[in-house]
Amino acid sequence: MSTLDALESEAIHIFREVAGEFERPVILFSGGKDSTLLLHLAIKAFWPAPVPFALLHVDTGHNLQEVLDFRDMVVAKHNLRLHVAKVQDYLDDGRLQERPDGIRNPLQTVPLLDGIAEGKFDAVFGGARRDEERARAKERIFSLRNAFGQWDPKRQRPELWNLYNGRHAPGEHVRVFPLSNWTELDVWRYIAQEKVELPSIYYAHQREVFLRDGMWLTEGPWFSAREDEEVRTLSVRYRTVGDGSCTGAVESTAADVQAVLDEVAASRVTERGATRADDRVSSAAMEDRKREGYF
Amino acid sequence: MSTTQLLRLATAGSVDDGKSTLVGRLLYDTKSVLADQIDAVTRASVDKGLTTPDLSLLVDGLRAEREQGITIDVAYRYFATPARSFVLADTPGHVQYTRNTVSGASTAQLVILLVDARKGVISQTRRHAAVLALLGVPRLLLAVNKIDLVADAATVYAEISAEFTALTRALGWSEDAVQTIPVSALNGDNVVNRSEHTPYYDGPTLIEHLEQVPVDAEPHRVGLRMPVQYVIRPRTAEHPDYRGFAGQVAAGTVSPGDEVVVLPSGVRTTVLRVDTPDGELATAEVGRSVTLVLAEEVDASRGDLIASPADAPVPVSELEATVCWLAEAPLRPGARLLIKHGTRTTQAIASTIVERFDEQALSAVPTPDTLALNEIGRVSIRTAEPLAVDDYALNRRTGSFLLIDPVQGNTLAAGLVGDALSKVELNATLV
Repeated sequence: MSTLDALESEAIHIFREVAGEFERPVILFSGGKDSTLLLHLAIKAFWPAPVPFALLHVDTGHNLQEVLDFRDMVVAKHNLRLHVAKVQDYLDDGRLQERPDGIRNPLQTVPLLDGIAEGKFDAVFGGARRDEERARAKERIFSLRNAFGQWDPKRQRPELWNLYNGRHAPGEHVRVFPLSNWTELDVWRYIAQEKVELPSIYYAHQREVFLRDGMWLTEGPWFSAREDEEVRTLSVRYRTVGDGSCTGAVESTAADVQAVLDEVAASRVTERGATRADDRVSSAAMEDRKREGYF
Repeated sequence: MSTTQLLRLATAGSVDDGKSTLVGRLLYDTKSVLADQIDAVTRASVDKGLTTPDLSLLVDGLRAEREQGITIDVAYRYFATPARSFVLADTPGHVQYTRNTVSGASTAQLVILLVDARKGVISQTRRHAAVLALLGVPRLLLAVNKIDLVADAATVYAEISAEFTALTRALGWSEDAVQTIPVSALNGDNVVNRSEHTPYYDGPTLIEHLEQVPVDAEPHRVGLRMPVQYVIRPRTAEHPDYRGFAGQVAAGTVSPGDEVVVLPSGVRTTVLRVDTPDGELATAEVGRSVTLVLAEEVDASRGDLIASPADAPVPVSELEATVCWLAEAPLRPGARLLIKHGTRTTQAIASTIVERFDEQALSAVPTPDTLALNEIGRVSIRTAEPLAVDDYALNRRTGSFLLIDPVQGNTLAAGLVGDALSKVELNATLV
């Protein structure tokens, strides 16, 4: 078997284990490439039957419209059930407060945990990969979270052979990461091989952007360029899709999947390093967020 | 389009023998580390007052690990060369974290064991080699690290190499399953780039060996084994009567027309189709996730095993197994547990602890009172439902199981069906 065949078979095995052992699994779905790939693999795992899970999206209110449109298109096309937890609802009624820097990524944790609790979800699929970040590299494929959604890296269960232990107490849940062993390049190779459709912003397009902290950001309801920041129209694409207030675009002319594949293979910067402001806060930013219940 | 193979490997070795540095070096020299990651490590190294980047910081990802300068938990690393993709389980060396070594090695096709050239084969090396032998790791690579720090390197390397080869032969590995390489992880000697400082060594570099070693090193010792994970029944307009048994092939191969038996019921039938969403397969191999459509309407569900009738295992309710105890609270005879084998979880009682393995002496201690954290022993187990098990020596997938705490849900032990332990002891006495 090729690397991609082996990774696909492993992911499908994980989906089926969860379907066999849990009461109410849900797939976290943002419309980004990793969650789109996750859904593609879920569809394959249960073919020709429908996917036996619902989707959950935590909407920060700062999402690019192209991605939301794509999300809704995919949900309709596959006749899926979508739950949306909105950060904006929490800001409106005072349960959360806007941060001084306007970044909403860290604010997702509470709506996520509430969404999991309200849906009584006991297994939550995420598209996280262990190549993304050092703290992610420590993550198990089945990751037990306590009633507060917290990850404790020192109390992880050993993961042996392909025997996954999904037992949990009421109120606890298990985060499941079928793409754990994929790299960014594997993801793009597989997207090319399977002709997986993605939001248009993953491919080069003309966009008005301005430079802040070394990243090309786009204006939106979340912020505008400051007076000293020049808005320019450039050919860009996004390597990751996230909250618009902290996810940057990269300059690129890669307009199709093969060009993106070539670009990713030649890149000397990781996708997070290139385009995620919130990972730069400290060397343990991701670990700290995961301990709070974030993915 | 992608035809490169995947090699799953793990590291093992004792504390401070430079595992994290070796892994950092592998990532760095295969150009699997990107500029922003190097920048972060360089900044952190300067903050610590170092003059050169500390490559171990590339891999020690947790706060507590960076604070203590040690690896606490298994981390998974990814790197690739044009020849192969690699998934590496980087495991801690501390004795109290041996359970993580077991975790990392359970899926490995090859383990890189490190020794410090100044210390040679120490008791921890023997302990790790014994555990890896038990787990049936097909291939070993001994990295004799810090070879630049010993005076008569040629002699030191030859001695360590000979001692390790003798040890691994006694533990059951054939000569071609074991490779030894003198390296300096710190300087990059013989990791990816060939060293000028080791004229006495003419074998492959570490990465060359990883690229060339046969991946399919586990021979087919049993026929088809496929635990049923899930029954796919769409009940849709297009597929009103579809009934497929989904699972991952755990041993052997499966093709349309093959006769199969469903265990534990023992009902026989024939495979009609091997389905995937991309079309039917003529043959599915080990590791492939498929859906089997059978010729007759047999009663089968999650937990059952589909096997080749020629050598199908006889389901048993009593079995003897080697277990690696992974929990803080010790195992006591008579303990009530859950056993997870394949896709079936059922109640179990660990009726007797037959013996405990002394990894230092490579010998057995009969009928101990308990089995404590990180101890390995042979245990008699009774199960509430019959399990179709194979001997672990014949197949890692159908010969392995977990023991689970029925109240807390924690994984308590890694189990290996059969007398794997006695083979290790028997061989070791021949040293």
